[in-house]
Amino acid sequence: MPSQFTRLAERDRRPVSLTIDGTPAAALEGDTLLTAILTNRRRVRANEFDQGPRAGFCLMGACQDCWVLMTGGERVRACTTFVAEGMAVMTGIKP
Amino acid sequence: MSDTAPDNAIVVIGAGPAGTRAAETLVKAGVKPVVIDEAPKSGGQIYRRQPDGFRRPIEDLYGYEAPKARAVHAAFDGLSDRIDYRPNTLVWEVREGLVHTIDNATDKRGSLPYAALVLATGAMDRVVPMPGWTLPGVYTLGGAQIALKFQGCAIGSRVVFAGSSPLLYLVAYQYAKAGAKVEAVIDTAPFAAKVKALPDLVLGGSTFAKGLYYVGWLRAHGVRCVSGATLLRAEGKDGIEALVWRDSGGGEQRTACDALGYGFGLKSESQVADLCGVPFRFDQGQRQFVPEVDAAGRTPVKGVYACGDGATVRGADAAELAGERAALALLEDRGQAFDRARAQALDAALAKLNRFRRGMDAAFPFPVEMAKAIADDTIVCRCEAITAGEARKWMRDLGAMEMNRVKAFSRVGMGRCQGRVCGTGAAEVVAAECGLPIEEVGRLRGQAPVKPVPLDPAEGE
Repeated sequence: MPSQFTRLAERDRRPVSLTIDGTPAAALEGDTLLTAILTNRRRVRANEFDQGPRAGFCLMGACQDCWVLMTGGERVRACTTFVAEGMAVMTGIKP
Repeated sequence: MSDTAPDNAIVVIGAGPAGTRAAETLVKAGVKPVVIDEAPKSGGQIYRRQPDGFRRPIEDLYGYEAPKARAVHAAFDGLSDRIDYRPNTLVWEVREGLVHTIDNATDKRGSLPYAALVLATGAMDRVVPMPGWTLPGVYTLGGAQIALKFQGCAIGSRVVFAGSSPLLYLVAYQYAKAGAKVEAVIDTAPFAAKVKALPDLVLGGSTFAKGLYYVGWLRAHGVRCVSGATLLRAEGKDGIEALVWRDSGGGEQRTACDALGYGFGLKSESQVADLCGVPFRFDQGQRQFVPEVDAAGRTPVKGVYACGDGATVRGADAAELAGERAALALLEDRGQAFDRARAQALDAALAKLNRFRRGMDAAFPFPVEMAKAIADDTIVCRCEAITAGEARKWMRDLGAMEMNRVKAFSRVGMGRCQGRVCGTGAAEVVAAECGLPIEEVGRLRGQAPVKPVPLDPAEGE
């Protein structure tokens, strides 16, 4: 699966494991959840109204276009939430 | 609920360059302010610090601005226990003398009585909708910069930067220097606009020279830079695959890419000022509504001050000065000793930067024609995927001629972002449809909560 973000620096951080739509994925400590998802694929969510693919926009907590659902039912804003070991996120997109 | 805070707190909202200097000035006068900031670390967006465990030197992050970033960070860190610092905290409501907050990490709520407020809430990118702008891979220029500065990432592997903004060449340069593949820099402003603005731009000191340097550097490194372009659409299916644009000669061009950073200057984050009841005025140069603030940072609401890009978009250097100046005004109004000579010097420096601000408006003009021409099938409201055509239909059917009426009918601006992103484009659509000047269609009012907060089952306890 192609990724959206490309890592250019700070690549020697501790690895963190998460799952995205049930598929194991790797990220790095200090990644936001948005970075963790977008270094693994191109989108983070589907818009609730037209189901269009979205992948965040402002990265500063203003546009609210990167809210994702965790498997526990909690919703988090991916650009202001740091990834943590074992996080399980659902992008709401059918594979 | 108010923990350890005093009943009559002086509260600074925001810990970027303006909030930092405001807090520092208050501390010097013997005041212990509460400083509330949404971010986990101080610095604001421009001097945003990277997370713990990242090791790039400060010069890599901020380039020529590294000494300023270092100074602002050091000033804030030096305040330590002389301020009541509340990072990771969102102010979601201000009402009847109380600032209502929520802790971003724990969802813990608080309410804090205040005697005075210094609003240093910053700005975000101003964008204009175009077909395909909701596709994965399309980001604001500021967002593209944050990806690199805060996460060590590029927004894609083949990136185009476009729009009209002082950030445009800076971000492109930072990306190319960090090893990203920059396909093109597409400036929607004609080069002549910058030349014409030169006399005012030079007042910003080296800012303009740095801009020229970035363009030269990019060209020398083989990056295509064009000006006077018109952005037409982002194309792609699962994500952006190309930016289509019209060159200054009228020819259609297609630049393949997998990411786009674009924007048209900055827009004040002024929702908290709105909650405080601060009146707004339309600023023709900035082509946006801004809170009414005098030269010293006083708003017409007693005890409420505003400074930095959240009050007037003048950039980080002006924000530092304005933050200090607003704190001096606050001290003066409270009858405390303050440095009058310093206040006068700041007034003079800020007046000069107002001319620089006008130069920026001229050099990086807002693309009025692009905004007016937003096609019916283009999404205007990202939150609820509402098109320009839907908004126009509601206006025609119900005769809505004002932004908040259009919002009530069409829901444009009613989504999670509260119109932060769509407000600019929606206002242009409404004005063009009604045949009214932009300042006459009003603005989307800020409402609590200014950003989404989780439902609290214990609300009202």
